[in-house]
Amino acid sequence: MFSSKPGPMRPLLLFSGLLALALAGFAWSLASGSLEIGWRELVTALFDAESGLHARVILELRWPRAAAAFVTGALLALAGALMQVLLRNPLADPYVLGISGGAATGALLTLLFGIGGLWLHGAAFSGALLSMLIVFGLAHGRGSWTINRLLLTGIVIAAGWGAVIGFLLALSPEQNLRGMLFWLMGDLAYAGTPLTGLVVLLAGLLIALAMGRSLNILAHGELAAATLGVPVATLRRLIYVLASLLTAAAVTMAGSIGFVGLVVPHMLRLQGVRDHRLLLPAAALLGGSLLLIADTLARTLLAPRQLPVGILTALVGVPVFLLLLYRSRELHGREG
Amino acid sequence: MARLETSQLDIHIGAARVCRQLTLQINAGERWAILGRNGAGKTTLLHTLAGLHRPDNGVVKLDGEALDTLSRRRIARQVGVLLQDHLDAFPASVMETVLIGRHPYLGALQWEGPDDYAIARAALHAVGLDGLENRNVATLSGGERRRLGIATLLTQDSAVLMLDEPTNHLDVHQQIRILDLLKTRSRAEQKTLLLVMHDLNLALRYCDRFLLLFGAGETAQGNADEVLTRPILERLYGHPMHALHGPRGPVWLPE
Repeated sequence: MFSSKPGPMRPLLLFSGLLALALAGFAWSLASGSLEIGWRELVTALFDAESGLHARVILELRWPRAAAAFVTGALLALAGALMQVLLRNPLADPYVLGISGGAATGALLTLLFGIGGLWLHGAAFSGALLSMLIVFGLAHGRGSWTINRLLLTGIVIAAGWGAVIGFLLALSPEQNLRGMLFWLMGDLAYAGTPLTGLVVLLAGLLIALAMGRSLNILAHGELAAATLGVPVATLRRLIYVLASLLTAAAVTMAGSIGFVGLVVPHMLRLQGVRDHRLLLPAAALLGGSLLLIADTLARTLLAPRQLPVGILTALVGVPVFLLLLYRSRELHGREG
Repeated sequence: MARLETSQLDIHIGAARVCRQLTLQINAGERWAILGRNGAGKTTLLHTLAGLHRPDNGVVKLDGEALDTLSRRRIARQVGVLLQDHLDAFPASVMETVLIGRHPYLGALQWEGPDDYAIARAALHAVGLDGLENRNVATLSGGERRRLGIATLLTQDSAVLMLDEPTNHLDVHQQIRILDLLKTRSRAEQKTLLLVMHDLNLALRYCDRFLLLFGAGETAQGNADEVLTRPILERLYGHPMHALHGPRGPVWLPE
C-alpha cells in the first residue's frame, strides 16, 4: 500500500526522520542551560532516579519546559494545517481568524489587574473561546457559511482585538508592560506542565486523522467534495472548532507564537507531503521539534537572559515565509 | 422504478426561474442531454438532481428515495458529477486526484488498497492518461485536466453519471473518444448519463432523451423527433437554425 503511493518522500522515511529530529531536539534541550549537563550525565540522569541535582534540574525544570514547547509547536502546526484547508488558503495561520487576539485580551486583562497565574491561563482560554464563538456566529450571518465571509469576519474580529490590546497596553502601568509584551510575543517561561495541551493535541490528532481523506478532498473545492460524499458543512464546522481549540490550547500555554502554524505545513508540502493523513501528524511532529529547538535557542542564546521564543520563530519564520511566498508562484499557479 | 425522478420541481436562481412543476423520469441506461441558452439554469438543474442544490419546491428521488433523506456518502455511491470547473489551491498528483473517486467506499481510517489503485489506473487508461500518474495536476493542459475529471468520475463508479459540459477544453478527437467511452459504459453497465451540452450535434449523436430549458421556467422533454425540431430549437437558442443532411441524420447549423 505505502510502496505503491506516489510522491517523492516515502512515509516511513519521513516519519523516522521527524522522530529522530524530535528526539535530538529533546536531548539538546534537556542538556542545554546554565547548568551544563554532558550527554553521559544526561543519560544517567534520565535512567537513574538517584542521580541528584542533574536529574532534578532536568526533570523539574527542563523537561516540563521542553515538553511544553513541543506540545505548543505541535498544536500550532496542526491548527495551521487545518486552517489552511478550511480557508482553502495556503497563507492562513492559526491566528488569522482572531483566536489569539481573544486570548491575548483575556490574558492582558488579568495582567492589568495583577492577578496573573492560573487566572491568566483561564482568561486566555476564555478569550480564545469567546473569539471563536463570535466569529462562528457572525460568519453564519443570514446566508450560508462561505469561506470569504468566514475569512473576512475573522480578520475583522482580529483587527478589533488588536485595537483592544492596544488600548489595554496604553492603560497599563509601566511595570506590567514587560510581562504583557512577553506574552504578546509568545513565551514559554510560564507555560507550566503541558498536560492539558497534550490531551488536546492527542485528541485533536486522532480526530484530524479520521478526517484526513475528507480533507484531501475538501482541498479540491467544496462542491467537488460534496459530490464525492463529504458532508461539507459538518466537516467545515468540525475543522473550525478543532483548529480553534488547538490554537486556544497553544495560545493559553505560551501566548501568540507566530509562524510555526503558517510555515510548518508548507515545509512539508514542499517536500511533497500532500496527503493530509500524513501531513497532519508530520506537521505536529515537525512543529513540535522546531518550536522545541527555537525555545532552547531562546533560553540559551543570550544566557542568562531569556528571549521570548516568539521572537526567534519570527526571526526564522520571516525569511522562510518570504522564500515560500517567492516560490509559491510555481506551486499555486492555479489557485482558485 | 425510475433511477432518478422528480415531481413538481420548482427551481429559482435569484429572481430567475429555471423550471416550474417539472416532472422527470430518468431510467437506468438512458442518456439524457440538457440543452439551453447560457443562464437558463442547466447547471443548477443538474446540481439539484445531484442533491447539491435544494429545490424551492418538489422532490428529487433516487431509486425511489427522496434525496434530502439520504446522506452525501450514500448519494455519492449512486451519483457522480463532473463539475464545470475544478479548483486546486494545493498541489496534487494525477493519481492522488483520481483516487478521490474511491472516497464514498472507504471507511474514515481506511487507506486505498490495491483494488482501488487498480480501478484508478484503469480509469486513467480509459481516458488516455496512462503514464501521468505522478504528474502535478497543475502542470496538465486544460484538456488533460478535463479527462482527469472524467477518470475520477469513472473511478467513483456510480450508477448515474452527471457531466456538466464534459467536452469543454477537449479537441475534436478527444470529444468523440470520451463520449464514445461514456456511451459504451452506459450500454454495457446500464449507467444513466445526464450531459449538459452546448454542442447540439454531439448531443444528438450520443443521447436518446433531451431536456430543454427555455428560461423563465419553461421546459420541454422527449426524444429527438419530438423536441429537436427547427421551431423548437430556434426558440430554445433564440437564433435561426438550419438542418443539413449528414451521414448519421440531421446536422444542425446556426444561421
